Amino acid sequence: MLRIECPCCGPRDHDEFRYGGDACVARPAHDDPDPQAWYRYVYVRNNPAGPHREFWQHVSGCRQWLVVVRDTRNHAIQSVGFARKMARKLPA
Amino acid sequence: MNRTGNRLAAGGRIDHTEPLGFVFDGRELAGYRGDTLASALLANGVGLTGRSFKYHRPRGIFSAGPEEPNALVTLGTGGRREPNLPATTLELADGMTAESQNRWPSLAFDMQSINGLFSPFLSAGFYYKTFMGPTRRAWMFYEHFIRKAAGLGRAGTEPDPGRYETRHAFADVAVVGGGPAGLSVARAAATAGATVALIEQDFLLGGQLLSERPDGEAAAWLSAVEAELTGLDNVNVMLKTMAFGTFDGNTLGLIERRDGPTAEGAARQVFTMLRARSIVFATGAIERPLVFSNNDRPGVMLASAARTYLNRFAVLPGKKIVVAATNDGAYRAAVDLAAAGAEVMVADQRGAAPASLAADARRLNIAIRTGSLIADLRGGHAVKAARLAGPGSNLEVACDLVCLSGGWSPSVHLSSHLGVKPVYRGDIDGFVPGGFPAGQFGAGAMMGCFSTAGAIEDGHRAGTEAASSCGKSAAVPVPLQLDLGETVAGPFRAIPSTGRGKAFVDFQMDVTTKDIELAHREGYESVEHLKRYTTLGMGTDQGKTSNFGALSAMAALRKATIAQTGTTTFRPPYTPIAIGALAGRAVGHHCKPIRRTPMHDRHLADGAEMLKVGLWMRPYFYRGAGGDVNEAYVAEMRMVREAAGLMDISTLGKIDVQGPDAAAFLDRVYANGFAKLPVGRARYGVMLRDDGIVFDDGTTTRLSETQFFMTTSTAKAADVQSRLEFLLDTAWAELRVAVTSVSDEWAAMSIAGPKSRDILGAAFPELDVSNEALPHMGFVEAGFDGRALRIIRLSYSGERAYEIYIGASRGERLWSRLLEVGAPFGLKPYGVEALGALRVEKGHVAGPEIDGRTTLDDLGLGRMAGKRTGFVGEVLRHRQAFLAPDRQRLVGLECIEEGKRLRGGAILFMPDDAVAGHGRGRITSVTFSPELGRYVGLALLGGDVATEGSEVVAAYPMRAETVRARIVSPVFLDPKGERLHG
Repeated sequence: MLRIECPCCGPRDHDEFRYGGDACVARPAHDDPDPQAWYRYVYVRNNPAGPHREFWQHVSGCRQWLVVVRDTRNHAIQSVGFARKMARKLPA
Repeated sequence: MNRTGNRLAAGGRIDHTEPLGFVFDGRELAGYRGDTLASALLANGVGLTGRSFKYHRPRGIFSAGPEEPNALVTLGTGGRREPNLPATTLELADGMTAESQNRWPSLAFDMQSINGLFSPFLSAGFYYKTFMGPTRRAWMFYEHFIRKAAGLGRAGTEPDPGRYETRHAFADVAVVGGGPAGLSVARAAATAGATVALIEQDFLLGGQLLSERPDGEAAAWLSAVEAELTGLDNVNVMLKTMAFGTFDGNTLGLIERRDGPTAEGAARQVFTMLRARSIVFATGAIERPLVFSNNDRPGVMLASAARTYLNRFAVLPGKKIVVAATNDGAYRAAVDLAAAGAEVMVADQRGAAPASLAADARRLNIAIRTGSLIADLRGGHAVKAARLAGPGSNLEVACDLVCLSGGWSPSVHLSSHLGVKPVYRGDIDGFVPGGFPAGQFGAGAMMGCFSTAGAIEDGHRAGTEAASSCGKSAAVPVPLQLDLGETVAGPFRAIPSTGRGKAFVDFQMDVTTKDIELAHREGYESVEHLKRYTTLGMGTDQGKTSNFGALSAMAALRKATIAQTGTTTFRPPYTPIAIGALAGRAVGHHCKPIRRTPMHDRHLADGAEMLKVGLWMRPYFYRGAGGDVNEAYVAEMRMVREAAGLMDISTLGKIDVQGPDAAAFLDRVYANGFAKLPVGRARYGVMLRDDGIVFDDGTTTRLSETQFFMTTSTAKAADVQSRLEFLLDTAWAELRVAVTSVSDEWAAMSIAGPKSRDILGAAFPELDVSNEALPHMGFVEAGFDGRALRIIRLSYSGERAYEIYIGASRGERLWSRLLEVGAPFGLKPYGVEALGALRVEKGHVAGPEIDGRTTLDDLGLGRMAGKRTGFVGEVLRHRQAFLAPDRQRLVGLECIEEGKRLRGGAILFMPDDAVAGHGRGRITSVTFSPELGRYVGLALLGGDVATEGSEVVAAYPMRAETVRARIVSPVFLDPKGERLHG
């Protein structure tokens, strides 16, 4: 019963979105040859009880990928932003 | 019209001038507008309404609301049949047809009541012991009989022709419950300026006020507040609407019942997801029964329910009544029933009754026996007498109605759905909400506030707070007062008695005090274990009347406090809801959309047998080619190999990739390189997932330095588009690339076969389609009917072939043109079965091989990536596990047994293996090859045994078949690709 405040389209039912996984993990550079780095990115996840950064795509709307901070205990959404902007800010 | 029975000549909130006819178990009866089915049955003197779940004991109407454990009926016939409905919640409608449940052959004479004699076998833990112990095998034998004997009503087996609707709604403040507290909340919140949704499960507002005399001050208060709410245009009153669940984001699930014979064609039920900024629960409280021997006999009823039937429905449910009391509230029922002419005795388990109540009672000749309990009841289908026990009283009292009043349990179900545990409050001997998430409030009896005056005041407070939390805080005048003078003395815990008969705690699930003792003896002491061991509270009523009795009994056995034992978890739904209502209109072909290609109608006209592929409708085969699919696909294959065939490939995913970095982007996305692809050329590409597994394949054509036209498989079109967007948005924001789905913009068709070039040349005489101008993997742009046309020379079948893309609106026209021009060459359309068979012969992998478990190397495509680096999945495709020598890899198989065939899904064994277990691999795709004259297939087989020339055994246990096959190259014909070049 989530509603996500899409920064492009406004508050929308979660039916319009597609979940895209954990946004806490940083993707290695496309040419990073380190298997450990890729292993961590693909498989190693925290499972926090509390605020969690995750990717959602507004598939039935603007199709933007978003970073949503959602509290896993009560689904309260604390923030929503464009993934593209956040990706630039993330430390490598 | 039966004017005798139990109906009073006047009074109540029913319309005595509007009789309604209804049928119960085949008997034609009558009630009035304003009745429930239960009140109409009681008015007609129908005391026996059903048989119990396990022991098939006779049961009658027990309550006047959704907590009803006994009087469950089935409404309707055929597809409209709906079982397990509490008669107490059904508004009587003219022509209503109801039947009782769980009885055979009839309600009055039930063969299976003999289950009662075998009851030692059906005690608590029966299912646990049967499943877990050495008797597990016996279950196989008993199951049939037990399933038939234990149960509720049967659902219909035909499709439900009724309509259901779903919708979303919004409000500032949602108020659950339309009793005195809820009305006061709605008034306060609305006056403060909030939009209010007032949700009431009954067909009238008023809650407990409806159980007061319809001509008294309670009725006057109710009319005044209803008038006030009607005057406010920001209040939406939703009657007959059950709030069944509280969900995240202050969302309530609501089901409105609209059915009835008068509403034919309209929606039967409406499911609403109501999102509110604040929710106020004013859900009231439910009276508790008392536990004693044979306390389930028809004619036993909650005291508050008896009062409701009298004051609201003008039904006097008994003439000689015993009221068993633990608290002052019972006297209100006793007084009203006596005033209506019944002979009433109160058995008060307390040592003394409050003087004022006792005085009122005596004026009405009500006998009061203090310190008395009911020890046992006599009577089978109807109660005949009660045996009282206690200090100074041990006597049998003849009676036809026994009213129970064991105190009240606040309805904390909905407020607990989000995980807030209720907490025990000693002063009211009950559980109240253990707090509220932000934006939620409680008011009235559900908060333990049991007086009407207090509920109104509490509602005023909660309504004002709820509105204020949405920023609406206009001044709210003090509400109209109503003091019914209830004295709330307590707590006085009901004392369980020790009679010889069964003493029921949970009426619906047939759980007795002995079952709870057994659970305790066997160590199932926690309330959650108790529930599962005894099935207590697991009926359709979810233990609304039994929960507190059970956990207080367990607390007593454990010598613990109720605060220590706690209560079980409340989960949605509060009452059973129809799945049809949740689905709404999304049933049948509305459940999933159907996608049709631009050439769909032409396929039908040409005799195509259509096949649902995902959401798409695709031609399976054309009836002109053969009578059934097996005949047709082989003929269609021959046509493509010998002349030419036309295939509708509009379902492929199509993605426009543009930007200065488009080539670099594709170079990272595909396992094989695209940066050096020349303009005007196409290339087959395979994408991997990050974990090194193959994701999808397709072809991409370079239209210009900065623009590419990508195709994906039909199945993965949406996933690929989303994945490309993900990579650009989250990982590679530095790449200047835009990806746009153009799947629906382009119709697509493939013309394949040795004559394909001749047909293309005839269709587009101005175009040079020679091998030099348009070689294999070449691309030309042209025009047709004023629209852009893209021709890419690609082959899936292994024959010379061209994919032609045209604006979707011209798809059918171009398709027809090609068929017309191609007819002299033998061109006809072919279906997906032949398409799949052609690619198997050619050894092309598709969905059955790219199954989310296979790598490039597994599919024999490792050389495509070569030593490239920097693409998605490159690093993890070299993981140790993917290099294991017995890892399954793609092989070809050919059938070597005359008259036998290969089957997709068959399990592969080596000739010396025992045919058991998972084998060495499996067949993924199969076809009959007209070229080779035998069945061939693609398979994934352990690399340690996948030697070309060896034999395997393909077992198909579903048909008890085994067949021998030889391992060969997966490319069955034209290994050098001479047909598609040149």
